[in-house]
Amino acid sequence: MALTDIWFLLIAVLWTGYFVLEGFDFGVGMLLPFVGRTEKDRRVAINTIGPVWDGNEVWLLVAGGATFAAFPEWYASLFSGFFLALLLILVALIVRGVAFEFRGKIDSDRWRRNWDIGIVVGSTVPALLWGVAFANIVAGVPLDADHEFTGSLLTLLNPYALLGGLATLSLFALHGAVFLSLKTHGDVRTRSRALAQRAGLASVVLGGGFLVWTFLAHGPFWTVVPVLVAAAALIGAVLANARAREGWAFLLTATAIVAVTVTLFGSLYPDVLPSSTDPAFSLNTTNAASTPYTLQIMTWVAVVFTPVVLAYQSWTFWVFRRRIGAADIPAASGLPARNGRKDEPVR
Amino acid sequence: MMNLDLARWQFAIVTVYHFLFVPLTIGLSVLVAGMQTAWYRTDDDRYLRMTKFWGKLLLINFAMGVVTGIVQEFQFGMNWSDYSRYVGDIFGAPLAIEGLLAFFLESTFLGLWIFGWDRLSKGLHLACIWLAAIGTVLSAYFILAANSWMQHPVGSIVNDERGRAELVDFGAVLTNSTAVGAFLHTITACFVTAGMFVLAVSAWHLARDRHTEVFRPSMRLALVTVLIASLGVVVTGDLQARLMTEQQPMKMAAAEALYDTVAPASFSLFTVGSLDGSQELFSVRVPRILSFMATGSFDGEVEGINQLQAAAEQTYGPGDYTPNIPATYWTFRLMIGFGLLAGLISVVGLWLTRRRARRPVPRWFYTVGVAGLVLPFAANSAGWIFTEMGRQPWAVYGVLRTADGVSPSVTTPMVLTSLIVLTLLYGALAVVDGYLMIRYAKAGPPPAATATPTDTDGPRPLAVAY
Repeated sequence: MALTDIWFLLIAVLWTGYFVLEGFDFGVGMLLPFVGRTEKDRRVAINTIGPVWDGNEVWLLVAGGATFAAFPEWYASLFSGFFLALLLILVALIVRGVAFEFRGKIDSDRWRRNWDIGIVVGSTVPALLWGVAFANIVAGVPLDADHEFTGSLLTLLNPYALLGGLATLSLFALHGAVFLSLKTHGDVRTRSRALAQRAGLASVVLGGGFLVWTFLAHGPFWTVVPVLVAAAALIGAVLANARAREGWAFLLTATAIVAVTVTLFGSLYPDVLPSSTDPAFSLNTTNAASTPYTLQIMTWVAVVFTPVVLAYQSWTFWVFRRRIGAADIPAASGLPARNGRKDEPVR
Repeated sequence: MMNLDLARWQFAIVTVYHFLFVPLTIGLSVLVAGMQTAWYRTDDDRYLRMTKFWGKLLLINFAMGVVTGIVQEFQFGMNWSDYSRYVGDIFGAPLAIEGLLAFFLESTFLGLWIFGWDRLSKGLHLACIWLAAIGTVLSAYFILAANSWMQHPVGSIVNDERGRAELVDFGAVLTNSTAVGAFLHTITACFVTAGMFVLAVSAWHLARDRHTEVFRPSMRLALVTVLIASLGVVVTGDLQARLMTEQQPMKMAAAEALYDTVAPASFSLFTVGSLDGSQELFSVRVPRILSFMATGSFDGEVEGINQLQAAAEQTYGPGDYTPNIPATYWTFRLMIGFGLLAGLISVVGLWLTRRRARRPVPRWFYTVGVAGLVLPFAANSAGWIFTEMGRQPWAVYGVLRTADGVSPSVTTPMVLTSLIVLTLLYGALAVVDGYLMIRYAKAGPPPAATATPTDTDGPRPLAVAY
């Protein structure tokens, strides 16, 4: 197996990790107003992902950095070509990130409600746009002989890509709902389970439709396996959720996301960004790659440190394995809304 | 040309803004880890209160550093795609390793630290803040190694056939003298920043005679930190000036607005003249100091802009190889001036608060301490603007021009949109973050621990939650 193939695989693994992990915290963010009718319930929902969302997001940063290092041409064409879509994603991630940290800092309903909007929008926009982006990557975009993107934002908003966006959106919503019902008890759990049924139905229809389209239009024959695995896992997740087997349901939604990513990257290989202008202009694992020397160094670093990262991230999930509910949430610890004459903190 | 200017403005704005938060995060995370270590070893409640108070400010600041950092990584591909194509083989590796080694470490263990107060043993919980702090320092090393390669490209060759630079010796990139110098200079500056921050907040409370049991030790810690770190900044700055003279003589000449080669060279504290350097109207000069800064000898020769420009044309063909002279000249002085002033405050402060001091700390010192907060931030910003602008017109010194790095497929309205959107968003976040920082700084530390009822069997709320 060539180093370039190993790196294609590693980048696929990084994106898979990103979608499986950040997928559920996007889902939790999106569903916040639906599972959290009261302030306590919203805090329950947010605290299920509190300790881990930031670590989840680093998967994206590492996927981006690894693409830059291993396939600079891919990184350059993709990020400059998808400029406005990426800008939207960045703005969403920025707002969402500070929203988590800032929402509880001031004890005021208005303050919290504003940041909640940030969390919901900041979770929904990337969940939708990552699907749009990956559908376009698989389908190919107009690239010229210099591998420069020659389309516009509208090029990216084609029916296949939009379906891809809805597919990731519904998948992450399902994944988040299942995660919430796994990590909570009380009202939040009840509502999450009900929401998971609906999101599950949407995922089967939208995700299934997207996968079938991908398979028929772009997939090599063997991708029928991950497509079937994804379908089975999704249906299994819905059934497990209905029987309150939340651990199984979560494992199955994670499996479905892995299978979808495998389908996408499997359909892409050996290209990394096909050109819809002329197949000769496509970027592939060979013409987009760094030198063997760079890839070798990076491989060693990845081989040594990835298991370490996986170990301590898994440990985090173990430390915070307990379910939480409204009774676990301490009183609001933020400072009062208006800075009166009294500067003494209220706790 | 328009795209180039807009992309450069965006890079400058998002980078300087990002770097307002980063040095404080790095320095403060280590200081908080130190405070918690003191609590772990002594069980003294004051140290716990210090840890919690400064830790909360650290977290507010950390969040901003994280979210603005995402843009940093992505804008290379978005706005500078030709740069990315040309240097990705070398520049991408430290970036990817930074993510894998440092970002995972800091984000995961900070999450464990925030929410793990009642989930982890005392020792394990302490280890978490240390690992997060180590992550921030590691991250600085890798990103500075990447930047230093742009300042002084080593371990690489240019492959004309592929039209790109290629890595031949990764060890050389990581042990680049420029990277080591920049790392030491930046890390010491991070401690000056965190120290001045702790000093300012402590001084504000002490001036009002509030929470003195927490803020007196905090202030002493801050003063000692700033003093030691300032000395480090001076020593490493001196080291860097010599490296810069050797590796980027044009930057040194521009820093002094030295148009013609002289030996020995004087250092001007302040000069008013025409911008092309043909006339000097007024100047305050210290003889031989520039020679010493540049070469380590009081008689050393320092090359001038005109000679360097001529030499560059010989090597690289016709073109303008001088950076913006007024900007480089002034940012260099502001960096040094603000930095030295911070160091001076720490010396005065340590004298005034020394153990055998008979008189109480005079009130004016508290005012100075609060006002001193701007110094490190201004010095850091000036330092980065100097080091990046001083390299122009090169993105990678002597290898790739900045103008050749911009994205060809990105249109002017797109760059303008992102510039406006990010600037407005960052402006709004600056207001919110400033508000929260001030509110929380003024609120003071949590009250001393009271006996907590932990024996009840009923559901016990989490110690920390969003």
